[in-house]
Amino acid sequence: MLERIGIDAVDALFHTIPEKLKLGRALDLPLGQSEQEVLAQLERLAAKNVNAASSPWFLGAGTYAHYLPSAVDALISRSEFYTAYTPYQAEISQGTLQAVFEWQTMLCGLTGLEVTNASMYDGASATAEAALMAMRITRRSRVAVAPGLHPHYHQVLVTVLGGLGAEVVDELDDSAACWIVQQPGFLGAVSNLEAHAANAHASGALLVVTVTEALSLALLRAPGDAGADIVCGEAQSFGVPMAYGGPHVGFLSSRQKHVRQMPGRLVGETADTEGKRGFVLTLSTREQHIRRERATSNICTNQGLCLLMATVYLALLGRRGLRELAEINLSKAEYAKARIAETAGLSVLTPGPTFNEFAVAVPDAGDAALARARSNGLVGGLDLAEAAPNLGPAVLICTTELASQANIDRLVDSLAGNPS
Amino acid sequence: MKRNAAQGLAYEEDLLFEQSRPGRRGAELPMLDVPAADVASLLGDLARDDIPALPELSEVDVVRHFTRLSTWNAAVDLGLYPLGSCTMKYNPKLNERVARLPGFAQAHPMAPEEESQGLLELCFELERSLAEISGMDRVTLQPAAGAQGELAGIMMIRAYHEKRGDAKRRKVLVPDSAHGTNPASAALNGYDVVAVPSGDDGILHPEAVAALMNDEIAALMITNPNTLGLFEEHISAICDVVHDGGGLVYGDGANLNALLGVSRPGDMGIDVMHFNLHKTFSTPHGGGGPGAGPVGVKHALAPFLPTPTVSRSDAGFAWNHDRPDSIGRLHGNHGNVGMMVRAYTYILSLGSDGLRQCTDMAVLNANYLLARLRGEFHVPIDKPVMHECVLSDRALADTGVTTMDVAKRLIDHGYHPPTIYFPLIVQGAMMIEPTESESLESLDRFADTLLAIADEARTDPDTVRTAPHHTRHRRLDETRAARKPILRWQPEASEG
Amino acid sequence: MSDYDLPDSLRYSIEDEWTRSDGKRVTIGVSDYAQQQLGDIVFVELPEVGRSFDKGDPFGVIESVKAVSDLFAPIGGEVVEVNQALTETPESVNEDCYGDGWMIVVEPSDPKEIDALLDRAGYAQHIKDRE
Repeated sequence: MLERIGIDAVDALFHTIPEKLKLGRALDLPLGQSEQEVLAQLERLAAKNVNAASSPWFLGAGTYAHYLPSAVDALISRSEFYTAYTPYQAEISQGTLQAVFEWQTMLCGLTGLEVTNASMYDGASATAEAALMAMRITRRSRVAVAPGLHPHYHQVLVTVLGGLGAEVVDELDDSAACWIVQQPGFLGAVSNLEAHAANAHASGALLVVTVTEALSLALLRAPGDAGADIVCGEAQSFGVPMAYGGPHVGFLSSRQKHVRQMPGRLVGETADTEGKRGFVLTLSTREQHIRRERATSNICTNQGLCLLMATVYLALLGRRGLRELAEINLSKAEYAKARIAETAGLSVLTPGPTFNEFAVAVPDAGDAALARARSNGLVGGLDLAEAAPNLGPAVLICTTELASQANIDRLVDSLAGNPS
Repeated sequence: MKRNAAQGLAYEEDLLFEQSRPGRRGAELPMLDVPAADVASLLGDLARDDIPALPELSEVDVVRHFTRLSTWNAAVDLGLYPLGSCTMKYNPKLNERVARLPGFAQAHPMAPEEESQGLLELCFELERSLAEISGMDRVTLQPAAGAQGELAGIMMIRAYHEKRGDAKRRKVLVPDSAHGTNPASAALNGYDVVAVPSGDDGILHPEAVAALMNDEIAALMITNPNTLGLFEEHISAICDVVHDGGGLVYGDGANLNALLGVSRPGDMGIDVMHFNLHKTFSTPHGGGGPGAGPVGVKHALAPFLPTPTVSRSDAGFAWNHDRPDSIGRLHGNHGNVGMMVRAYTYILSLGSDGLRQCTDMAVLNANYLLARLRGEFHVPIDKPVMHECVLSDRALADTGVTTMDVAKRLIDHGYHPPTIYFPLIVQGAMMIEPTESESLESLDRFADTLLAIADEARTDPDTVRTAPHHTRHRRLDETRAARKPILRWQPEASEG
Repeated sequence: MSDYDLPDSLRYSIEDEWTRSDGKRVTIGVSDYAQQQLGDIVFVELPEVGRSFDKGDPFGVIESVKAVSDLFAPIGGEVVEVNQALTETPESVNEDCYGDGWMIVVEPSDPKEIDALLDRAGYAQHIKDRE
């Protein structure tokens, strides 16, 4: 090879690099190791992390422990999917493209809207992108947020909008591009979106509904049907492992009339030169690789493989299964709420209807209550001392289909400080 | 020439929705061990109706569906995937195994820190490794992809200037050969973008930067090696020009695979840069993500890193939220940690010696392909390259065959095409990056195929112009898709 | 290199717009050269009636599958009519750029600006210079 190139040593390949910029030493990292050694080292690190496979789990707050059907990982482990690039070359990417089209269709059904993109990084960035999109549509530069937005989502919104000098406020008025409502709210409250839509639209703002627990979409009124203009959030609940917070899969859906202001990739149906149905990336002129500094977003690589996980998951659960699963989550939460209501020292703080998550007042302090749960082997939820200090001592707990009656009972007793 | 792709077992497969049959399901749910909640009384009209957009399918239906779809994709595990600047290297299977360990895959981002020490240690050590590889002082792992890393980097640059009371800088210099994410990320920070022309030799010259440098310029964004695969030989002088003018230099790390253990952006004068873990550090591209875009900075920018950062003390590792000058939070959690686990596995596997060898092989492979293809294909800037080379269709001009046609004809031979029509400064560009993963035999087979296509362009141009011929689909009509967008399946549309 | 249909009766801008004046109002579109360069047009974004532009301002956007171009006002004036049909049939710009593919009609703020535009020969030379 060297002869063909016309050099006599590999080092000569680097002669365009000025000598003073050459490192001239080995990197200060360990030498390479065998697979066996590396695996052993990483297994030691993995063993130090509490996780939902080893402990009963009641911690949600934006990342949810759901059962992962075996077929999901089996299918996304096909290396034709996971070692492929973004499907720019349509003729040899039809597998990915068709799957994305199927995702777009299913998410439109769940959100009650007409267009869904091929994923955003996560729920928080999807919410920030929704706000930017609303600013483009309304030509307003202020974003209003209803109480109940996940604090991390709020922080990301402030960071991203700050880049453009746009304001994030908590009052809706005629200068707001949108009114952002999380459904269910961070503390689990399910609200009437129609009322929010009416208020937003009366101010000339769009209603943006953001969802952190996507399974709720199978049970609650589709936000689009209730008047939402943009629905966005996090679809990790659809078969994506928690993985310490990422990679997850953000989504963003909107009405057809706003499609040209949408960020991210879109897959559309078309036909080949012989009339056979096929799929391509489309409306690409919105994107950074063509429009550059005037693109609707700078997003390029998104969360393709996580989108595929969610698509497989939704196909497996299907029309009836997803609804039933959502009802199971609701039933577990209602059981837990009933147990809490009858337990001295505890009370449910989230008013009105909830889905699978709600805030609970505890007798002493959130961290103390959680420590009691932990000593009984449970990961009991989130201490709300920081996120909602006005509630007094409280924790946020989540009951998915993984929560057994026996473990819910143990949790309630632990939080109350009762011997179980 | 030997064929690289087989035909046969070519399945047709309808959409999920077209295969739906009432009553089928692919997942059984556990028996309810608590009383069933009464949805109507609890939620009333806050509850939704049925979800007709979801299909009803058995597990076998779903498994066959997606397995068949998978066979319609090109992938690194099927063969050489020479997409320039995308670094489609082999993704070791160990990475996938490690990422699926329950202590990583089933961990929760808000779990108690004292019981997440393994993950925190991994993040800390990966940051440290990336800092050593790049010559930067500090690293954040939070950005979810390279473009989000760029956004974070530009935000830190802005915060740096603002902290010094320097509010005049409203522009960012971006070379004309840059990736589209560069100008888009600058614009998301309200910066105006000023293009810097590359020289005739394909690289940037200090004079061109100096001519545009003034007290309104916040930063220069530069990719090194650049998108022509050329090392920016004047990088130090260029950084000096920018620094002397009060600006900072942003390094796009997309092409870092060319520099591992050879040269470090931090030693060149770069102040802030992003890494693409899915390019350089072998995490899979996943058909369009997830990526991960950690950002490295010099000490001067460290106060502005996104919140939280990971820190180490005698008590162990912890997330540090107390960072008054931070640009804030960019991700709902800690970034794409699953990708960090894979990248760290790769760095441990290769080590300092393996990373250097990886770069040696990547650069050797690119120069070998260039040597084999020069002559039959036009080489717009004929200089020794780093990890990728750029050719054009100019030598085929009289045949009527274009870069697009060559790309589509490659598909017939079982190859994913190179990056085409990029960089924008080369007409009809084909940007080829073989990576270190390819053997000599694999490179020769690919070069033979490209040369045969060049020959075919002269003897039988129509065959090339109408390619691909052996794929499940012929060329797809992108115009039709864009004029009347169909972006979801609807029952009535399928009957039309 | 190629042949372009450039009617004698029109005036052209160096940004490849054509204008047709009826003495009072001016119709504007893009030239045959522009539509050939862009390829298959998939989307045209036009301003609302009532908007005013100065000569040289961007007044809209025209998109093919892989390119986006601004439309620049060849003269200043107020928009009095917009070709709404282009939203549904952007292909008219390819098929009939001087007819069904017209874009807007303006009331000129300064009719003398039309005189400064290129005639057929001048525009043909401008195209040749760029090729």
